[in-house]
Amino acid sequence: MSRPVDQAKNAEKFLADTVHEQRLDKLLWAMRQRRDAAARLVPEWEELRTLASAIKEHTLSNLSDYLLEFEAKATANGVVVHWARDAHEHNQIVYDLLAKQGTDLLVKSKSMLTEECELRPFLERRGIRVTETDLGERIQQLDDQPPGHIVGPAIHKTTHDVAVLFSEKYGSDPKNEDVPYLAGVMRENTRPDFLHATAGMTGANFVVAETGAIVVATNEGNADLSANTPPLHICSVGIEKIIPTTESLAVFIRLLARSATGDTITQYTSTFRGPRKGAAMHVILVDNGRSERLGMKRFWHSLKCIRCAACMNTCPVYRRSGGLSYGSTYMGPIGIIMMPAVEIRKYSELPFASTLNGSCTNVCPVKIDIHEQIYGWREVMEENGQIQVVKKEAMRVADEVLSHPTLYHIATTTLSTALEVLPHFAIYNRLNVWGKHRDIPEAKTETFHQWYRTHRPNGNEVDRS
Amino acid sequence: MNPTQELAKNTILEAVRGNQPAAQPMPAIPRFHANQPADLVAAFCESIARMAGVVVTEDVPDLDSFVQGKFPDAKVICSAIPEYSGTMKPANLNHWSEASAIDVCLLRSPMGVAETGSILLSDLELQVNTIAFLAHDLVALLDPKDIVENIHDAYEHPHFKQRSYSVLMTGPSGSGDISGVVVHPAQGVKTLTVILSPARDGGSLERNNFKKETSNA
Repeated sequence: MSRPVDQAKNAEKFLADTVHEQRLDKLLWAMRQRRDAAARLVPEWEELRTLASAIKEHTLSNLSDYLLEFEAKATANGVVVHWARDAHEHNQIVYDLLAKQGTDLLVKSKSMLTEECELRPFLERRGIRVTETDLGERIQQLDDQPPGHIVGPAIHKTTHDVAVLFSEKYGSDPKNEDVPYLAGVMRENTRPDFLHATAGMTGANFVVAETGAIVVATNEGNADLSANTPPLHICSVGIEKIIPTTESLAVFIRLLARSATGDTITQYTSTFRGPRKGAAMHVILVDNGRSERLGMKRFWHSLKCIRCAACMNTCPVYRRSGGLSYGSTYMGPIGIIMMPAVEIRKYSELPFASTLNGSCTNVCPVKIDIHEQIYGWREVMEENGQIQVVKKEAMRVADEVLSHPTLYHIATTTLSTALEVLPHFAIYNRLNVWGKHRDIPEAKTETFHQWYRTHRPNGNEVDRS
Repeated sequence: MNPTQELAKNTILEAVRGNQPAAQPMPAIPRFHANQPADLVAAFCESIARMAGVVVTEDVPDLDSFVQGKFPDAKVICSAIPEYSGTMKPANLNHWSEASAIDVCLLRSPMGVAETGSILLSDLELQVNTIAFLAHDLVALLDPKDIVENIHDAYEHPHFKQRSYSVLMTGPSGSGDISGVVVHPAQGVKTLTVILSPARDGGSLERNNFKKETSNA
């Protein structure tokens, strides 16, 4: 049985290095502000969020039909559809396809699912070289680290870190920290792999049942290159990524980049419906615990996630601790409600890496009740005896706070009142750890109280069903 | 499908059926058109500029001198449009990876999106998909009449239901992966230039039908 990941302890190391900690905090908060500015420019923003949430709930509640519809349409388009129950089955399917192709070099674009399945080491152990082609993901690969952020995998690294790493791996100038220079080094070193690889791999942001298409959003164009240049394109995707129609895709595309970086759209938003002439396209539909999560009454909504990372950018704990401290594939608020469903003991402490300030829920483009799920997971940990005595006390305090909206209102409305309340507020959420380094989370544009009034207008009790 | 695959598929579907929540309705999706007719061309130009794309609004009577003037060092010019020969055509490429030899690629997009500054390209216009990614610089012609208001309109384009590959391309390749500093290019083209230029044929039947549908919606 694996030992629980101690996120707070891991974060202490990151916090001790103030250069990285302060930089990451500033960078991610700027992203959150760009997200806010982008959202304000869209008058129907809140309506889009409501629609996105409803479309996802509709699709997930009819998932078996949509999966079959996708399979039928994709097959008719000439795509070979595979089904994988778990990570191992997925990895084996990929390997078998590559072996059949005689591939010794795979170019792949960023896919959190392949991280989740630990595909890269699986293939490398079998003699297949894998080149990550997303700049951030490649940096992490070269540094032998997992991604620290689901949109910007190397966002915790400084230009100095990257310059030193590239000089070690590529022989570039370690003193040149100019970002265009560094991006150029990566481009020069990756281009030959695109041209020589005999297989390419992508993930998918969305899978469209109606057309049998997969949709991939990138800024670099590396997914288009990975899928279009070699004669074999393999796409791995979780079964929860399905949406009904191209019409519904529009809603998500309008929300995704704005929520992630504040841009209106990613540079490349690409739809792959079938293989080109003379080439092959395979889609692997992966379960790996998703169908089980669909049956969790309190937690299935987390399957609505479109991986924009807005919840991470806004989270005071994530911003101050860095993604690697979570010791898990998915990190930040969305990670701490997804990972315990994967392995309860290992990730039993993650739900405590939160201030429960509700900011994650406020920014989520598909309206996942993230902070309520965090609280729900804390309860599960208690019920399952996964919780230490100190945290039991913390739960009691959290319970009191959540059942008294007035107190919560005081705790979250303004920066100045938060200052007064936080020492108590902090006891249950491990801000005692954070408090050593930082006092208060930033003031939010929408507070939990405002959210609470919208969602729980008829009473003070939080529905925990 | 082999027996292992059949078993995996059935196991997954059975688990999903057993666990999926009670069916919830699919919402109707509005098109969110602005109440006033917007200046789509101006909005398009503003949007693409935000994503580091360049728009040429003045008339370009001679594409050859335009390309020579803008890209004086270009040697391999791939043209995917009939009105300009370039030094080669996509059909000359034996392997899709050979597109990396292209300096400048010219093509025509069948649709622009005012909301985002995106242009649509598919395997129909590209012929060889990699020419839009492995080339150094990309020049796309776009008929101003082909600009639609928003992403809802854009996804009504028949390409998304008919073509094997379609991309909404918005500016040149970029990345913010190093310290959040946005740089161009990352892996794809270094520059994207859109020339607003009416199509000679006055528009294909497909396009006219599409525009009619989106403007009536």
